[in-house]
Amino acid sequence: MNAQELLALADDELILGWRNSEWTGIAPFLEEDVAFSSIAQTEIGHARAWYDLAAKELGANADALAFDRDPDEYRCAPFVELRFVPDWAQTIARHWLYETADTIRIQALMQSEEPVVASLAEKIDREEAYHRMHADMWADRLREEPRFREAVEELWPYALGLLEPEQRDRLCEALGRAAVKAVERGEHTEELRPLWDEMTMVRRSIPGAAW
Amino acid sequence: MIWEVFRQEREGQPFQHGGSLDAPNLAFAEAYARELYGRRDESFALWIVPRESVDEVRDPYVADVFDRDYRRVDGYSLKVKLKEARERAARDVGAGHAPPLQGGS
Repeated sequence: MNAQELLALADDELILGWRNSEWTGIAPFLEEDVAFSSIAQTEIGHARAWYDLAAKELGANADALAFDRDPDEYRCAPFVELRFVPDWAQTIARHWLYETADTIRIQALMQSEEPVVASLAEKIDREEAYHRMHADMWADRLREEPRFREAVEELWPYALGLLEPEQRDRLCEALGRAAVKAVERGEHTEELRPLWDEMTMVRRSIPGAAW
Repeated sequence: MIWEVFRQEREGQPFQHGGSLDAPNLAFAEAYARELYGRRDESFALWIVPRESVDEVRDPYVADVFDRDYRRVDGYSLKVKLKEARERAARDVGAGHAPPLQGGS
């Protein structure tokens, strides 16, 4: 995998992890607060692992890749940038769509001819199993809830844009939905910039410091 | 709905009460129990029980409310008596008498 592909994966996980972590302390109830924060944290952990691989190719380090690039240089899909707090239905709709799509992506990477990529994907997949269980149980619970259904409808084109075009059929099949025009990776939403400002605030406060 | 969680730290050990959690159904209870009591390899297995299924028996039916302390053995100094009995038995064996009954220690 080239560095740009690795960065796309890492950026997706970092930005989604960051968005999900916005629920820490304000989730609908305490048990969920703990569970969702923990999921956010493992997403950021996965981002770190992909950044490490990209860093080797680019001669950089994971922190620099995560925090020192300009917002325009991030390769994440618009899907993960959207800010949903305090809308729990949208949050769960994205969580469920993301985990379903991510499963397809990770399982494809487990077949990679690069041993480092395949073994990292396998390790990540084991942790993702918990995310999938969590996402599925929420989707089952909210399935008939109109706000959740609307959110899934609205986010579907974004979810497709997370995957490479050749993987999208599998997502349609997994969810029993028809393909639509995807919101593609490449352009950023307006919501990335304020996220980036906050995410890199401390790091930028003392440039070049060793923490 | 409140669920009580019991943890088994290692295989074969007894389950001990870990704490409780709030979850709308068993699937949620399981997910949260994994998160709260199993995420750091601190448990080998968990039991998740609806609190309403736990039958609690407590005072005055558990504690001794009637004066029946004569049923208790607190007053007997068994330690001294056992020591004497062991010494006697050892002497008897040494003197060629029948060995003491098994299972007395």
